[in-house]
Amino acid sequence: MNAIYILWIRQLKRYSRSKARMISSLAQPLMFLLALGFGFGPIFEKAGQGSYIEFLGPGIVAMAVIFTAIFSGMEVIWDRQFGFLKETLVAPVSRLNIMIGRTMGGATVASIQGVVVFVLAMIVGFRPYSAGMLGIAFLFIILTAVVFTALGTAIASKMEDMQVFPIIMNFIVMPLFFLSGAIFPLKSLPAGVQFAARFNPLVYGVDGLRGALVGASDFGIMNDFIILILIAGVFMAIGAWLFSKIEI
Amino acid sequence: MIKVVNLTKKFGDFVAVDDISFEVDKGEVFAFLGPNGAGKTTTIKMLTTLLKPTSGAILINSIDPLTNQAKARKAFGITFQDQSLDDELTAWENMEFHGVLYGVPKKLRRERIEELMKIVELWDRQKSLVKEFSGGMKRRLEIARGLIHHPAIIFLDEPTLGLDPQTRNHIWDYIKSLNEKESITVFFTTHYMPEAEKMASRIAIIDHGKIVAQGSAQELEQKTSTSNLEDAFLALTGKDIRVQEVSGTDRMRQNRRIWRR
Ligand SMILES: Nc1ncnc2c1ncn2[C@@H]1O[C@H](COP(=O)(O)OP(=O)(O)O)[C@@H](O)[C@H]1O
Ligand SMILES: [Mg+2]
Repeated sequence: MNAIYILWIRQLKRYSRSKARMISSLAQPLMFLLALGFGFGPIFEKAGQGSYIEFLGPGIVAMAVIFTAIFSGMEVIWDRQFGFLKETLVAPVSRLNIMIGRTMGGATVASIQGVVVFVLAMIVGFRPYSAGMLGIAFLFIILTAVVFTALGTAIASKMEDMQVFPIIMNFIVMPLFFLSGAIFPLKSLPAGVQFAARFNPLVYGVDGLRGALVGASDFGIMNDFIILILIAGVFMAIGAWLFSKIEI
Repeated sequence: MIKVVNLTKKFGDFVAVDDISFEVDKGEVFAFLGPNGAGKTTTIKMLTTLLKPTSGAILINSIDPLTNQAKARKAFGITFQDQSLDDELTAWENMEFHGVLYGVPKKLRRERIEELMKIVELWDRQKSLVKEFSGGMKRRLEIARGLIHHPAIIFLDEPTLGLDPQTRNHIWDYIKSLNEKESITVFFTTHYMPEAEKMASRIAIIDHGKIVAQGSAQELEQKTSTSNLEDAFLALTGKDIRVQEVSGTDRMRQNRRIWRR
């Protein structure tokens, strides 16, 4: 328990001391919000799809969460390069607790980023449909953050250096993001792609978030919730197992 | 306390540790003396669950670290040869992190952190970020950190490399007192001859992955009919280890490796 706590605190401290990281990880979602919101908005609305900013808002929040989460998870690679990983690996702490501590730390950071982007979206004109559902929306932010920090951590535990980072971003994160329903509805895609999207964990994060913020979800908030919890558990277990295999 | 039988580690075709066997008793201070690349660090990594041996058996405090990693990790503490601090945390935070991770109760932890940071003369820098520290300061902090939880066995991989003689003495005084008061077993590697001679009750000389001789400094001298450890070492390995004593170069090399990647 204490080990989880100290691993969590450590990541928050690192994050709070890195202003550059805080700001740069907000730049991308903000850019998407402005460029897509004002660029595509009119087209989307002309096509009779309703308000685009209402559609895009939850998607961009999810985007901020997934990018920060994966990046936080991949901090394991830094730890390996700077030698600190050894310090945690020889400690008499179960690998599952190491995995939980690291994931909670990264997920907290990602959740904070998600909330900040939500506020930015409000400034640009996004309005949640019900103030009472904001708590549920926050829950989905946290769950999405946990799932993708765990995924990032698990992947990074197999990696030697940061050179793989762009590859992970371009070949895993970007496709997951584009096929998540975050920036355009999946309904208009071919049936095969729609089916494949069902295996994308981010779909359920975006869907749950949209359900809580806009009141429209495809799978139902409860289903999204259960699926995300299950995926988080699976990724965490895989990560713990991979951690137990690390050699230095 | 430590028992190693026919331990071997290969990296591909290269044999880094070649069929070594030795035993260390409880409360003993045991030195692994050998030149760069002899296999000292690789051996320590296998003893401390960081690396799987190719073959051979290990017992740490009667626990097999290969099958019972979790329990073995409770039995030892380690100071690594190369850097292992979190640069983005302060000196004190690095110490606290370690103490909590090893389950040292709060009051005792805070006492020991203060005591140890005073010994390595970093107490007045406790709030500084580690990235502002010099190489020597980082080294002192790492050694102090490894001593917060008093384990049954302490592994020290080239602990005092690149430190000035005064700090070296302070640190060894503390380790010696731990060793005497709590009969903590100490296993350290070095290529600094006087350190092995002065501190260790027994020495194993390792070269090219093989233990070429082991015993007390006197026994090694008798065996080779020499009058000091340096000559004994020369007789056993055909190498003059003094040539290698260019102090902090190892750590510099390691730092360079980080940046080159
Ligand atoms: N991960 C590795 N892969 C390949 N060779 C390695 C690896 N680690 C160590 N070696 C090699 O094994 C030998 C012993 O290294 P090491 O145990 O670090 O020596 P020492 O600590 O005695 O200086 C060296 O030749 C080193 O290059
Ligand atoms: Mg070494």
